[in-house]
Amino acid sequence: MENAGVNLIQFEHIKKVFDGDTLVVEDFNLEVKKGEFVTLLGPSGCGKTTILRMLGGFEIPTSGKILLNGEDISKLPPYERPINTVFQKYALFPHLNVYDNVAFGLKLKKIDKKTMDEKVRHALEIVDLEGFEKRSIQTLSGGQQQRIAIARAIVNEPEVLLLDEPLSALDYKMRKEMQLELKNMHKKLGITFIFVTHDQEEALTMSDKIVVMADGEIQQTGTPEEIYNEPRNLFVADFIGESNIFKGEMVGNRKARFCGRVFDCVDDYEKSTIIDAVVRPEDVELVPESEGMISGEILSSDFKGTFYIVVVLSGKNEIEVHSLKYYEPGSRVGINIAPDSIHIIPYDASINHYEGVVGEYAEGEGLRVSFADFEWFVDPKEIFGEGEIVEGAKVEASFTPDSAEISDDAEAGIVTGNIISFIYVGDHYRYTVRSKSEEDYIVDDEDLWNQDDYVSVNIPKDKMSYRLVGEQ
Amino acid sequence: MKNFVQHVCVVFVLLFLYAPILILVGYSFTDATMIGKIGGLSFHNYETLFTTEELLDMIKGTLLLALGVAALSTLLGTIGAIGAFYSKSGTRRAIELANQVPVVNADVVTGFSVCILMIALFQVRKETFIPLVIGQTALCAPFVYLSVLPRLKQMDQQLYEAALDLGCTPMKALLRVTVPQIVPGILSGFMTAITLSLDDYFIATYTKPATFDTISTYVVNATRGSQTDIKTALWALSTLIFIAVVGVVIIMNLKGRNTEDGVASEKRN
Amino acid sequence: MREARFSRKQLALPYALFLLLFVILPLLVVVKYAFTDAEGQISFYNFIRFFQSSKTIGTLIYSLVVAVLTTLGCLLLAYPVAFILAKGAYVGRHTFLMLFVLPMWINFTLRITALKEILTLLEGNLALHPFLNTVICMIYDFLPFMILPLYNSLSKLDNSLLEAAADLGARKRQILLRVVLPLSVPGIISGITMVFLPSMTNYVVLDMVYNSTYIIGSLIGSYFSSYDWHNGSVVSIILLLIICAITWISNRFTGSEQERKAGVSL
Repeated sequence: MENAGVNLIQFEHIKKVFDGDTLVVEDFNLEVKKGEFVTLLGPSGCGKTTILRMLGGFEIPTSGKILLNGEDISKLPPYERPINTVFQKYALFPHLNVYDNVAFGLKLKKIDKKTMDEKVRHALEIVDLEGFEKRSIQTLSGGQQQRIAIARAIVNEPEVLLLDEPLSALDYKMRKEMQLELKNMHKKLGITFIFVTHDQEEALTMSDKIVVMADGEIQQTGTPEEIYNEPRNLFVADFIGESNIFKGEMVGNRKARFCGRVFDCVDDYEKSTIIDAVVRPEDVELVPESEGMISGEILSSDFKGTFYIVVVLSGKNEIEVHSLKYYEPGSRVGINIAPDSIHIIPYDASINHYEGVVGEYAEGEGLRVSFADFEWFVDPKEIFGEGEIVEGAKVEASFTPDSAEISDDAEAGIVTGNIISFIYVGDHYRYTVRSKSEEDYIVDDEDLWNQDDYVSVNIPKDKMSYRLVGEQ
Repeated sequence: MKNFVQHVCVVFVLLFLYAPILILVGYSFTDATMIGKIGGLSFHNYETLFTTEELLDMIKGTLLLALGVAALSTLLGTIGAIGAFYSKSGTRRAIELANQVPVVNADVVTGFSVCILMIALFQVRKETFIPLVIGQTALCAPFVYLSVLPRLKQMDQQLYEAALDLGCTPMKALLRVTVPQIVPGILSGFMTAITLSLDDYFIATYTKPATFDTISTYVVNATRGSQTDIKTALWALSTLIFIAVVGVVIIMNLKGRNTEDGVASEKRN
Repeated sequence: MREARFSRKQLALPYALFLLLFVILPLLVVVKYAFTDAEGQISFYNFIRFFQSSKTIGTLIYSLVVAVLTTLGCLLLAYPVAFILAKGAYVGRHTFLMLFVLPMWINFTLRITALKEILTLLEGNLALHPFLNTVICMIYDFLPFMILPLYNSLSKLDNSLLEAAADLGARKRQILLRVVLPLSVPGIISGITMVFLPSMTNYVVLDMVYNSTYIIGSLIGSYFSSYDWHNGSVVSIILLLIICAITWISNRFTGSEQERKAGVSL
């Protein structure tokens, strides 16, 4: 593989822990090429801003390196980095006028007055605010302050411009306008932009490369098209754009079964692999009932301006469709999905694995096994088969999301925690419940719960599978 | 290294502020008559403090005066703030301006002007305590006003309307909805009034009855005299006041962790 | 049936009346005494005498010197402390702020007595350094009143402004000079107004450290004890003018009413 450009920035195994125990970023690796427009995208609290702040020099990584042009800059103070930031709430100095704000960095470099005037004038020209030099910050509108913040950063000719959700304080129309302008500015200046946002539409519109983050980890890196068309996991599929997600399995060469039927697809996985099939609402075709691969009943048709959001119930699955036509609720339709509109994500076998330690054997109860959140007694055969019991052995236990249940009664389950995220998968929801000890439990449940709900998870003892991973 | 300089700086200023008080606290428990002399452990000073009629009267009088003035100031300042907040902007600005006068004015001038008003114009006799109470209230009420007003501004203005909508009369709505919302401001205003009155020297000295003394006027007179017994008994008084203040601050800190209101706090001498 | 309806505005009446009677009226009486002579005739003679007497002018200058030194001393001690509490190693440690503010609630005469004892111990005889002792006691008395507004103003300073300055190439010292200091001007002004005027008038401090020189407050005290209300009023008017000047200057610096109020409550 040949790289088109040179790597300007490299994040190597960056980890950041706050206050000694809050892990915000875990093993972050990323390469950014010169002149790229890279967007860090993710929900709030995913660690994207922390990454940006470490690049800006406002936080020092707990471990790992940040290289700029091959040199480690991770411990340099902000004022020694050729990097400038556009802050979320602009952070314009209220005691200085527009000129002095923009010239702040230049003055520190002791540049002669004439060059400085010229540079400030040029920077203001780039952001379309010529002649605003003498204005005080308080008299500017939000959009104008935004532009001054950009001018103040680019006037220093940084190698990298960091933008921390710079558009979030603007109203919708202004935001759309600034998106285009920022993109043009990026082309004109030719420098590297690192942009942080939680708005997926913004990310898709503006970026050369999107880094989707959740929970301190990169979920996927790629061009906007790659991210949209080939989400690597359910989180990305759900977070970027609208999607229908159906649970199913591979039944043959490029054949997947879901929604009660076998569909041709273009992704190839081994037969009988458990999969999730992702289909974008705009890729679902509604046809007369007799011509459809599957059929269903219209539940609702809501006008959205340029299209209708039509929800079809097929079997137990609710399917969302973007259609130009109105369909009468209650009527029946056929549904077609083209093979290249189906994106297959194989079941992630690494979820719901928990490490435990084998304890003593108690007659009548079984073998004690302790995990981070719970302990119970199991039949030793499940772990050691016919072999000898080894106390202190480490085991890995796992269960599939559909075998567990959620309850709002804290006593009903084995572990308790808060729902940190959920995804609608065809005919049920997939919840991630995080316990106090930061273990995640992924559970399929048909009932609707809300984010942050405190629930208990009942893990069925008999559906657990165990694997020995080592002995002490 | 950076932090070391900061710690040194903080400790230095704390030492400056507290060393005198703490040394005095230590000496109050000895029979030494001067700081620097070594004396044996003794509660003699506390005995003097609690058995000398003159001292006890002075302490009781100061506390009573402070409570009375604070209560009166809180009442006046609170209704004043509510009234002004809902008045036309012209009226409000006039009240605000007049309210600001005792706040920025030197206490000497406030005391002096109230004194000549009362004595020269109204011919009120100082022995009635009226000039004293009015003088201190004129100082304290504006501070209550200032600590209640921000609470009114922060309050959701629709609460009052909601109360009326639900059938309250204006008076009831005020008492049941508005007043509970501004209680923190009223309380902090009350505390400020108490500390201002306790700390006041100038207004008291110009308006008080000749035979009455507050802690401030008493201490100043005592430093002019040379009664060693009284001097060291005042050390004991300082110790008690110090402990009381520390206690109140700790309690308020524990109770008010979540509210930003501490005791409001401007005073002048 | 017609009845007098209660409205919230009516509550302003008693307080407005109180202010009128006991705040505004006394000032008018003072103005009247200042501009009349013993026979009740309008006269500017009281003022002329004040500005012609070298004694009173000397007192005015002496008070200004004491006030300037006290204010400077408080500022120099309080600024680093306020900065450390608001932005330095002590951020979020509210207890420490309380420690610095707490002396405010102890009667000032008792605190000065305590300091006086220490100074006596160090110097032997207080009368040897009356001026120095006066300034030290004043600083001791007013320091918390300087720390509080400075802290309020510094802690409101948005951290992203400091980060923005560092981002644009400013080092610690440059950030302090170019961003922190200018943006804390309202706090500084507020602190100055709380210290400057009281240190011109608090003559009790001088009394307590046996400094027999007069400051401007002492004049009112001495006129008061000799029932000379005309001259006492003149000094009051002069003090009021100084207050007006300070308020005017501080308004010019800080602009908004709100920022000044920041200094008023904790």
